[in-house]
Amino acid sequence: MLKFTLRRLLTGVLLLLTVCTFAYFMLYLGKDSIAYGILGETATKKDIIHFNQVHGLDKNFFESFFSWVLNAVQGNFGVAYTFPDPPATIIGQRMSVTLILVVVSLAIVAIVSLALGVLGAVRGGWADRFVQFLGLVGFALPNFLIAFALVVQFAVIIKAFNAVGWVPPERDFGEFLKSATLPIAAISISGLASLTQQIRGAVKDTLQNDYVRSLRTSGLSFKRVIFKHVLRNAAGPALSVLGLQFVGMLGGIVIIEQIFAIPGLGSLSVAATAARDIPVVMAVVATMAIMVIFVNFVIDLLSAALNPKVRLS
Amino acid sequence: MSQQIKRPFSERNLFTKVITNPTGAFSFVLVSLLTLLAIFARFIMPYDPTKTDYSHVSEMPSALHWFGTDDLGRDILSRMMLGTQFTLSGALLCVVIALAVGCTLGLIAGYFGGFWDSIGNWMSNVLQALPGLIVLLAAATVLGTDVYVAMAIYGFLLSPAFFRLTFVTVRGVRNELYVDAARVSGLSDFAIISRHVLGVVRAPIIIQAGIIASISIAIQSGLQFLGFGSGENLSWGTMLMDGFQSIWLQPIRLLYPSVMLALTLVSIVLFAGNLRDETERVGNRVRKSSKKSKEEHVSEVAVEKPVIHAEPKRSGEEILSITGLEIGYLQSNGQYKVVVHDANVSINKGEVVGLVGESGSGKTQTALALLGLLPAGGTILNGSIKFDGIELTKLPSKEFDKLRGRRISYIPQEPMSNLDPSFTVGSQMMEPLRKVMGLDKKAAKARALELLNMVGLPNPEKTFRSYPHEISGGQAQRVLIAKALSCGPDLIIADEPTTALDVTIQAEILDVLRDLQKKTGVAVLLVTHNFGVVADLCDRVAVMQYGRIIESGGIYDIFDNAKHSYTKELLAAILDENGPAREAYVAKKVGA
Repeated sequence: MLKFTLRRLLTGVLLLLTVCTFAYFMLYLGKDSIAYGILGETATKKDIIHFNQVHGLDKNFFESFFSWVLNAVQGNFGVAYTFPDPPATIIGQRMSVTLILVVVSLAIVAIVSLALGVLGAVRGGWADRFVQFLGLVGFALPNFLIAFALVVQFAVIIKAFNAVGWVPPERDFGEFLKSATLPIAAISISGLASLTQQIRGAVKDTLQNDYVRSLRTSGLSFKRVIFKHVLRNAAGPALSVLGLQFVGMLGGIVIIEQIFAIPGLGSLSVAATAARDIPVVMAVVATMAIMVIFVNFVIDLLSAALNPKVRLS
Repeated sequence: MSQQIKRPFSERNLFTKVITNPTGAFSFVLVSLLTLLAIFARFIMPYDPTKTDYSHVSEMPSALHWFGTDDLGRDILSRMMLGTQFTLSGALLCVVIALAVGCTLGLIAGYFGGFWDSIGNWMSNVLQALPGLIVLLAAATVLGTDVYVAMAIYGFLLSPAFFRLTFVTVRGVRNELYVDAARVSGLSDFAIISRHVLGVVRAPIIIQAGIIASISIAIQSGLQFLGFGSGENLSWGTMLMDGFQSIWLQPIRLLYPSVMLALTLVSIVLFAGNLRDETERVGNRVRKSSKKSKEEHVSEVAVEKPVIHAEPKRSGEEILSITGLEIGYLQSNGQYKVVVHDANVSINKGEVVGLVGESGSGKTQTALALLGLLPAGGTILNGSIKFDGIELTKLPSKEFDKLRGRRISYIPQEPMSNLDPSFTVGSQMMEPLRKVMGLDKKAAKARALELLNMVGLPNPEKTFRSYPHEISGGQAQRVLIAKALSCGPDLIIADEPTTALDVTIQAEILDVLRDLQKKTGVAVLLVTHNFGVVADLCDRVAVMQYGRIIESGGIYDIFDNAKHSYTKELLAAILDENGPAREAYVAKKVGA
């Protein structure tokens, strides 16, 4: 198990490094035009060289990427082009907002799709058709359409929740709920679809196994067999979809934060891109990659804990 | 799956099937209409979509402007029409690039070898480590916010979907014999790929393309909502942004592009889903028809009269009595297909009764009915099963749970697939002991080890700690026997307990079964197709064929004096099956 954990950890670090290299390389290629854009029409060649020098982009790619990595490991993402604060500080301020949104949504998605998926697989009939329909709609509709529908219904027509803005939970929990409910609902609803389908499929497949019947013959109730044995065996495929789901959520949250004017990583990435602020873009990319890799690492460990065969591979 | 790879179904046939089903037809019509609208938008739109008209600002729908006008007085219907063109062409670009990159690399990797597999895997891992939208935003920092550029990059990001699909299918086809045959007959690799491989991957690729089209339309609209693209790039996404900005003044403007987007995405996904369901159904149909031919075969066989031998002298009281049992499966046409007809079996305490027949003769169905665990769709249509005075056919499932394990237990056929792979043998042994017998953890463990020792496992402690994939088939079968005995049942149903094992291990397992049966005095219903096993263990035998019991009686009556031609056939088969070792044993017992 220790060997497995270490190997997964190493793969994660390698993956992170690859992602950052790609991103840095791309931005490095465009650095001059970006500097030109930021300094304005009047900038001379000298200005641009000076600008790149200040931001450590004057050396060759490997040197400057290496020093970026060295600083990044210590939590220093350089100086932002356009934002007043250093990138690391901005990320720190905004990360908690996005984490609240994503973690709460992920928990809701996991619990609800578990319930619906099992219901669909075990009950069959209309319950199954309902689950299938939900899966189709949730899969086909992007989260921003769901967000629009929620905003129009619950913020414009009923006025039960806030249409825009963000109140941190520690400041006023009631207001926090008013500002966070709709975005979380939008993210969760569109996240539900594929996980529900996956759990439904995995449970259905697992139910076909001989040992399910054998367990019943030893006197265990249907409920116990489902919740102890079938779910555990169905968990592997469902967990890997949960990992993909998390990536999808991070992407979806960019638009959701924009719709609800929430100051998180998503809206930061839009603002940083619009400002062509390389250090902030790199910091966002690295942070998101770390989040994805961390979640997938936890999921790998969970699947290994649940399924003895995974540990061998 | 292998079924589908072997014989690619006719795609025209598939297409007809999809559009004759209501959701398929609906989605097909909608997608076709949208495509036509996109192509001819410039000719049929009633107004110039960019022309401002300050005398008709923010109007509700009217005869003049069917969808109303926006805050600059532009006709919303015309804007929707032209927007369709831009939106769909962006999606097309994305799909084409994903297809070109993914399929090409998939074909190469699948056909030429393993190195490409690791590269492809690593690439798709990298691409999946970041949300697509973040990658597109980062790329926009350098490449600008042109929507077509973004869609091209997105096509590249989505190409692993096609890569996987092509790679897996090509791998599968490559190992088929006919591809080797084609190579032997001198066809070039290129000819083989285009002839055999492309035919197979076509249908799944169309399905995947539909799904990718819908994802790309969604992300494109999202990007434009975030402010990507210029004013000339009029699309549903731009209109969403306009609409969202006027959400308090004129919420209906948000409705048009939203509904349009929703309808389009749902119909594309529906169409792809229908196509997939239909391809899967084609696979099923092949299997179903083969079953049917067997059934027809049944009716052709002249039914020979069942032979019931006079009961030999029996000791003990009756524990199980099956009378007139009829089991049927509900077919899609609402009729029941009867798989067991009028079965009568009786077992006394301590008796071992064999239920013999070839596969498909209904013996396993009878056994499952005794356990109340017929597969979905199976029902007891007639007759009664009395176990120690309890009528099982009408027993509520809660009551049945109390019988299983404690009073009736089961030894399955395939040992490896009948243990839950995620739990250790020990935990699976202890679970019924604790739940059914109510032992505490310590007592359950002690009892489990005692049982494992009883069935002759050389190292019970080690087996107890092992996972099912760490023990052999013979060991697993011993574990299952121990499990069946664990709660002290009155009746064990053993369904082909030795069939899946090697011949030498079969003999060992039979020894274990015989010893333990003698020791505990449990009654056994032994389901098997092998008269050698019957001779080894049974007191009485019932022979089944085509769902009927065709001959029954004491073991000696059947072996010495078989009347029914099918029983004689089965008896003759003993020698072929188990070789001389079994023959000697049978001869000894029969001769005694």
